[in-house]
Amino acid sequence: MAGSNLPNERSRPGPPLWLLAELTYRCPLHCVYCSNPLDFAKVEDELSTEDWKRVFREARALGAVQLGFSGGEPMVREDLPLLVAEAHGLGFYTNLITSGVGLNEARIGELKAAGLDHIQVSFQDSTKEVNDFLSSTRTFDLKLKVARLVKNQGYPMVLNVVLSRLNIDHIDKIIEMAVALDADFLELANTQYYGWAYLNRDHLLPSRAQIDRAERVTNAYRAKLGGRMKMFFVVPDYYADRPKACMNGWGSVFLNIAPDGLALPCQAARMLPGLTFPNVREAGVREVWYESPAFNAYRGEDWMREPCRSCPERTKDFGGCRCQAYMLTGEAANADPVCVLSPNHGRVTEVVERAQTAQVVAARPLVFRERAASARLIPH
Amino acid sequence: MAEIMLQAQPLLRSLYRLQWEEAQQAWVLLYPEGMVRLNGPAAEILKRCNGTTKVAVLVDDLERAFSATGLQDDVHEFLNEAASRGWIEFAE
Repeated sequence: MAGSNLPNERSRPGPPLWLLAELTYRCPLHCVYCSNPLDFAKVEDELSTEDWKRVFREARALGAVQLGFSGGEPMVREDLPLLVAEAHGLGFYTNLITSGVGLNEARIGELKAAGLDHIQVSFQDSTKEVNDFLSSTRTFDLKLKVARLVKNQGYPMVLNVVLSRLNIDHIDKIIEMAVALDADFLELANTQYYGWAYLNRDHLLPSRAQIDRAERVTNAYRAKLGGRMKMFFVVPDYYADRPKACMNGWGSVFLNIAPDGLALPCQAARMLPGLTFPNVREAGVREVWYESPAFNAYRGEDWMREPCRSCPERTKDFGGCRCQAYMLTGEAANADPVCVLSPNHGRVTEVVERAQTAQVVAARPLVFRERAASARLIPH
Repeated sequence: MAEIMLQAQPLLRSLYRLQWEEAQQAWVLLYPEGMVRLNGPAAEILKRCNGTTKVAVLVDDLERAFSATGLQDDVHEFLNEAASRGWIEFAE
């Protein structure tokens, strides 16, 4: 049936409320769990200042309200204050998602004056050794300094620490570091296995005992701290028995614009085969969001297979994550195999089983997110 | 409790921004990486949470603006809820 993958009027999607601007894939850090594409090195031609401003105007006109400046490291873009000012003027709530590298008192002041609403600083660990190892940089002391500067500018402090097998046992020290920095929010987000994290999965996936302990410790601190610091603890998908409602549904609220202008329903979707994602250099945001076949591919329920198609939970989790389904089963339209109801759930339990041993069993050494490594990973 | 509330001066915390969204035809409350869509009364109350207006004055103002009476309990209930969600704080 012609046009059968287009949503009907009843399921016409709402606006892209959440716009994530991945300004660049350049980053001074080399984190082993980075969610950027493995072949980021092939993306060299970044959108210009004027391109971005146009994207912001068009997205805002559709009803976008949240704008995240991300990357790579967004601070490497010299035009960041100009972009923040444009976004702020349009009425976006502006969020900077940064490693902290490149921020100093003058630049924070400049961003604040441009109307930046919020800054989230990431740490890799509470110790200099592990922070600097996981990011393959000497950045720990700088991050501590930057976190204090952010707070001094009157911003709430939101710290994000990505957890993995290599740092999760430091959870108590990580929480204490956040308390010492007077953080308002602490995101303890376990690595999810996309991009570089997928490549390094056997090194990064914690054991069940590690996760259980980390959750216990987090809950104990919650009780002790009262409402003083809000903590969010996110378990790895691999340890859940139902999939997450990834992106709140494909093409439902989230619009990701990659550094080269590729419009994506999430940070990872670039790798999905068989879909031609539109580029904002060639198409307006309205066309990208409402008309492009790629954004319509997994909207609604028509694309679903069993067990999702007849599952009462399909309206809650939308069958989970298309990228995870593709990576683990070879078919993006399959149920996210994280779900115990998926016939492919064994692919997840197999990986989880391997993670229960004290010794890491990995096919290859840890690969750091570096340009040279990325260049080697570009498919030919 | 009611007495303290009447003298309190609620203030929308700086983390939050209240704005009209044309596309949604609604007032929304924006905060880091999130948004709450407000109903009409909630928006009218939050618009008046400027840190200087006392709750008693706020109630009078709303009753006048909407030609209503007896809004005090509803306003108190909403302000308590907003405070517990961290949207507002009280200056004394």
